Amino acid sequence: MPKRTDIKSVLIIGAGPIIIGQACEFDYSGVQACKALREEGYKVILVNSNPATIMTDPGLADATYIEPITWQSLEKIIKIEKPDAILPTMGGQTGLNVALDLNKKGILKKYNIELIGATKEAIDKAEDRELFAAAMEKIGLKVPLAKLAHNIEECWEVQKLVGYPCIIRPNFTLGGSGGGIAYNSDEFEEICHRGLDLSPTSELYIDKYLAGWKEYEMEVVRDKADNCIIICSIENFDPMGVHTGDSITVAPAQTLTDKEYQMMRNASMAILREIGVETGGSNVQFAINPEDGEMVVIEMNPRVSRSSALASKATGFPIAKIAAKLAVGFTLDELQNDISKESIPASFEPTIDYVVTKIPRFNFEKFAGANPTLTSQMKSVGEVMAIGSNFKESLQKAMRGLEIGSSGFESPEIAKNVKAIKPRLITPTPERLWFIGEAFRKGMDINDIQSFTGIDLWFLKEVQEIINYEKIIKSKKFLSSRDLFLEAKKIGFSDKRIADLTNKSEKDIRAKRRKLNIKPVFKRVDTCAAEFETSTAYMYSTYQDECESNPTKKKKIMVLGGGPNRIGQGIEFDYCCVHAAQVLKEEGFETIMVNCNPETVSTDYDTSDRLYFEPITLEDVLEIYEIEKPKGLIIQYGGQTPLKLAKDLEKSGVPILGTSPDQIDLSEDRSRFQKFVKKHNLLQPENGMASNNAQAIKIANRIGYPVVVRPSYVLGGRAMEIVYDDEDLKKYLTEALEVDKKNPVLIDKFLDLAIEFDVEAISDGKSHIICGVLQHIEQAGVHSGDSACSIPPYSIDKKLLSQIEATAIKVIKNMKISGLVNIQLAYANSEIYLLEVNPRASRTIPFVSKAIGSPLAKIAAQVMSGKTLKALKITKFKKPKFYSVKEAVLPFEKFQAVDPILGPEMRSTGEVMGIAPSFVEAFEKAEIAAGISIPLEGSAFLSIRNTDKAYLEELAKSLTKSGFKLVATRGTARDLEKMGFKVEIINKVLEGRPHIVDLMKNKEISLVFNTTEGRESITDSASIRRTALDQKICSSTTIEGARAICRVIENQVDWRVKKLQDIH
Amino acid sequence: MRAKPAQLILKSGEIFDGEAFGYTKEKVGELVFNTSMTGYQEIITDLSYTDQLICFTYPHIGNVGTNIDDHESVVGGASGVVIRDLTRVESNWRNELSLADFLKANKVPGIKNIDTRKLTRVLRNKGSQPAFISYKKKTKKDIEKLFERFGSLKGKDLASKVTTAKSYLWKKPSYGIKKPKLKYKIIALDFGVKHNILRLLVDRGCEVEVLPANTDFETILGKKPDGVFLSNGPGDPEPCHQPIETISRLIRETKIPLFGICLGHQLLGLALGMKTEKMKFGHHGANHPVKNLVTNEVAITSQNHGFTISEKSLSKDISITHRSLFDGSIQGISFQKNRVFGFQGHPEASPGPQELQSLFDTFITQVNKYAKKN
Repeated sequence: MPKRTDIKSVLIIGAGPIIIGQACEFDYSGVQACKALREEGYKVILVNSNPATIMTDPGLADATYIEPITWQSLEKIIKIEKPDAILPTMGGQTGLNVALDLNKKGILKKYNIELIGATKEAIDKAEDRELFAAAMEKIGLKVPLAKLAHNIEECWEVQKLVGYPCIIRPNFTLGGSGGGIAYNSDEFEEICHRGLDLSPTSELYIDKYLAGWKEYEMEVVRDKADNCIIICSIENFDPMGVHTGDSITVAPAQTLTDKEYQMMRNASMAILREIGVETGGSNVQFAINPEDGEMVVIEMNPRVSRSSALASKATGFPIAKIAAKLAVGFTLDELQNDISKESIPASFEPTIDYVVTKIPRFNFEKFAGANPTLTSQMKSVGEVMAIGSNFKESLQKAMRGLEIGSSGFESPEIAKNVKAIKPRLITPTPERLWFIGEAFRKGMDINDIQSFTGIDLWFLKEVQEIINYEKIIKSKKFLSSRDLFLEAKKIGFSDKRIADLTNKSEKDIRAKRRKLNIKPVFKRVDTCAAEFETSTAYMYSTYQDECESNPTKKKKIMVLGGGPNRIGQGIEFDYCCVHAAQVLKEEGFETIMVNCNPETVSTDYDTSDRLYFEPITLEDVLEIYEIEKPKGLIIQYGGQTPLKLAKDLEKSGVPILGTSPDQIDLSEDRSRFQKFVKKHNLLQPENGMASNNAQAIKIANRIGYPVVVRPSYVLGGRAMEIVYDDEDLKKYLTEALEVDKKNPVLIDKFLDLAIEFDVEAISDGKSHIICGVLQHIEQAGVHSGDSACSIPPYSIDKKLLSQIEATAIKVIKNMKISGLVNIQLAYANSEIYLLEVNPRASRTIPFVSKAIGSPLAKIAAQVMSGKTLKALKITKFKKPKFYSVKEAVLPFEKFQAVDPILGPEMRSTGEVMGIAPSFVEAFEKAEIAAGISIPLEGSAFLSIRNTDKAYLEELAKSLTKSGFKLVATRGTARDLEKMGFKVEIINKVLEGRPHIVDLMKNKEISLVFNTTEGRESITDSASIRRTALDQKICSSTTIEGARAICRVIENQVDWRVKKLQDIH
Repeated sequence: MRAKPAQLILKSGEIFDGEAFGYTKEKVGELVFNTSMTGYQEIITDLSYTDQLICFTYPHIGNVGTNIDDHESVVGGASGVVIRDLTRVESNWRNELSLADFLKANKVPGIKNIDTRKLTRVLRNKGSQPAFISYKKKTKKDIEKLFERFGSLKGKDLASKVTTAKSYLWKKPSYGIKKPKLKYKIIALDFGVKHNILRLLVDRGCEVEVLPANTDFETILGKKPDGVFLSNGPGDPEPCHQPIETISRLIRETKIPLFGICLGHQLLGLALGMKTEKMKFGHHGANHPVKNLVTNEVAITSQNHGFTISEKSLSKDISITHRSLFDGSIQGISFQKNRVFGFQGHPEASPGPQELQSLFDTFITQVNKYAKKN
């Protein structure tokens, strides 16, 4: 069947901001879908609120809407664009949910729009567990004994049927949000309450928990002619109980006979047919009882998913692209598999001749109080994938790709105590893999480890062999035996790990290895296990015989990607890397991408000319460099991961393009930077460094409270805190970290109530051009990544703006910048302070690029490759006519018992953008896009710290004018009454009941403004913020945030949508 | 404990160093690669691989051990196994014997730690070719002699070598299926039949009598079969003169339904006057798309063949029902509206996708029609 001609235009729904459970894989799939449909001549309309996506680049769709993904917003777009069809399967759960909303609200019918890729019925059948269970029963498949409960009484009834342990899953939530496994009545009650709350339909599924069952996934594609193919099978290393997104997974399945595999394959296809997924990709999850092979179906997702992105990268088969084409009527045999040179149709099943391992990346350390136990609710923020010739190699490559300071199976600190190991095997946590290694090292029996972890013996044996080999590495003959050394490399030992085991330096080991003539070869990912010739240079390193890299003699540039997503380093950096590859290709360079994050667009095989799917470590990058010998490397686009390699790469003779590692060091080395600031007459908040507690207190008193304290060795604002007095500081020093000479603590003057700015600029060394000035909405003290910001600035005058620009230019001129630079400034006490200089791509580059309509990462990449700004005819960037507001999206709801207060430590996972003619409208759109709904009436609770009281009257006036009732605790209420406002007094939580949290739980409060300072009052008010979050009450923990919300309430503008193509 | 070193020596001159496992005595065979990711046990015990060494492209082999239910023959099959990584532990609830021990017991030599991707690329470029696994130093002359003695699969009638010596009744249905009532009498001519074919016939109510490859026309007719099945098997179909003649007479002189798979399909083609030819490296895997030219449906199939029916010998009487979407080669033929039909791949799967097991139903429809009339 050829493509459909009755539809001309298709609306593709993106997934919105990066959140836990929904990361850049949906940018990858969305980009593929846009390209695929435009290639076929369809008009593509795209909506996504996330500016850091490649899919929202204006060139990828005919009409690009960076707008909230809500049915109201979509209706506005539909009114303008009148699409014939909507493709909802590329935007994750967000895409499906909003499609269902559009249907429910009658909008699809009203505008006569067809859902393609998945029908409403199919989505319902797959997502509603009762319908799903019935469907499975119809085709003779088993599902875990499961019952639906709508309230706590029903929950208990079901519990009696299924017993303990049982697994609780809220209906229609992302990544199993709010679910969990209960082993006792306390846990059961807690999880049920939470789940009922989080499920949009207030429904919970309670199943028997299949402890120790093996878990599998199948990635299936089906076309209109009922052709079905399996792209990839995935086996979970961690057994049932750990969310598949949080599990280590391996492709293909390793411990199935053909009989069992085919059973699963047949079942997958039957499921797609029964659910009614007519076209496109789906993911089906199974559990198998290791004792007798009994198979049950866990769930299916009628859309592309994180697993399908993984399957695409693992096999080289572009699932999303094919799914998009199938959605418009093609059949599989009509489409080509474009990774191979010969003409192979898309209607075949990829076969692979390597092993793929995925390990999730966690960020628990950023959420004080969060429980790092892995459960059925996903908590990982990213993942790394590695390809190897065998499982051991791929596992160890993935471990070092995680970028958590591991280069293999190091001993965990606390494992020195043998007794400490067992509980760490029983309870799954991010570190369990290392504890398994340690258990073997300490001689624990493999069968014991198997019974503690439930992990399949086959996987455990592989780990055991890695650990056993450590003894050989430690033996005397190892370093002189080519055979032994080669074997170590074959099973994935990194140079660094060998160095650690042999008490040598990594550099020595590398030299030794090269002397023994041991180097990796590069093999290709070709979907067909070498049966056909491939034209695509998608490669991985391994220690086998034959190298298929075949590097060219062209002029080439290598771009280092960002590795796994984590908080502080996400999709924004991948966006920049992709842009570098795109523009350098246009400039006539051969582009080489190195990255190990399977979710990304950068690891799509056609983003660059050559793709090396490799960990971003010194060893792996050097080996690729050796074989490719590019003109230079771009390391400033992938965030901290490649940046950290700068010095070592340079020392190894690798040419670094753009700003030199020395200048990068200047910006990062505290004392060098301080000298720079002094030398050029710039202003920095006063600061000092203390190596013991007494010294810290002395410095703090010299500088004057409040001060920001943080450990010196940590990136991304970890363990950073603002303290207001000696007592707070003492507590911080004893509770938060140990200070000694090796780990000094940094103390900076905290500029309270300062306005913060980010300045993005490009320089080629001669011309220095400001791209944009961003004003933060939350004041200084909130990490710039967590703060909302506006471009252009929304509340400062021209004079200050030009002073800010002048300061930035002064910095740039005196640092030798080539490419992008981000400068963070603060304005306080009529002075401009220089906070930070980042001579690299910053997190806000995609946002600013979209706000001003210029591809900054591309321009800077051109500069780095040797062009001048003059040659590029760039003299300045035009000031945008629209306001663009970026809002951060935070993952607090996934971390129970964590105080959702904004602070100097970054914790947001993603961002959204609102664009509008006025700041207020842009801000409102950004808030809606971030999932915050600003109430227009009700009661507002105010609890404002003294420092912010100057704005209390303004807030109260605004709120009462808009018809809000005011509620406050005693202190704030007294002030309000003095100002003449009517206010209801309510107890603080510690003052007895009923208190503010009771009121909030009873839904009597619709707005919360709660600003605090000092450790104690922050702790005291944590339950207010937590309740606001759990009850989805609009709240702000900063005074500027509160002021912005008031402006939205006052204005009550009906916001409009506008396509990006009309804005610039 | 380093394993015993071994070498894989190809006729084209390439030598791969590896380690021995399984049975350690050399056997020359035609080296082919198989891209299936599951079912090594079924593949190794498939008689179609007689006189062939199999290079598995999937790196981990042996993970699930072996078990008695998944054999495809009474222990015969491949002449050798070439792999990258042999498992050190078997993990499956049905495991009974490790692969290494199984190979040892059945005298199948093996070599591991081979860059199987490199080897596959050699075979892809130079074609399948004779090779052997050497466990001792060999002179050039020895090697040449070994290859000379083996010759080529072209022109070799291996079917009569592997076929059953005596006829037997097969009654076992598929794993987990209750024995059905047996309604039809089916003769299966054994050219190296895979047991799953017989199981699937039993599942569908057939009493199956397996006869040696060279059974003559009269003997078959004397059994009064409701249908004749022509099995898969190894080697070149062309020298199988007796079966071709028998099949030819069954087609022309009776109305008995015939169904051929793999070698059986090729023999059908020859009996119908078509020609066969040797392929460069053949089809060996479980991911091959085959298009049904009548319904346009695409099925993913299991494949294992080094010979194919030649394009040059098409005739008007015979319709081509299936083609490979990899290379367009003929995958299915039909004569007299499916009274006689053949399929090149392996609809019985085992290992591999099972969607074309429907071809067995097609056969049963014909058998049922014929049985009713007679």
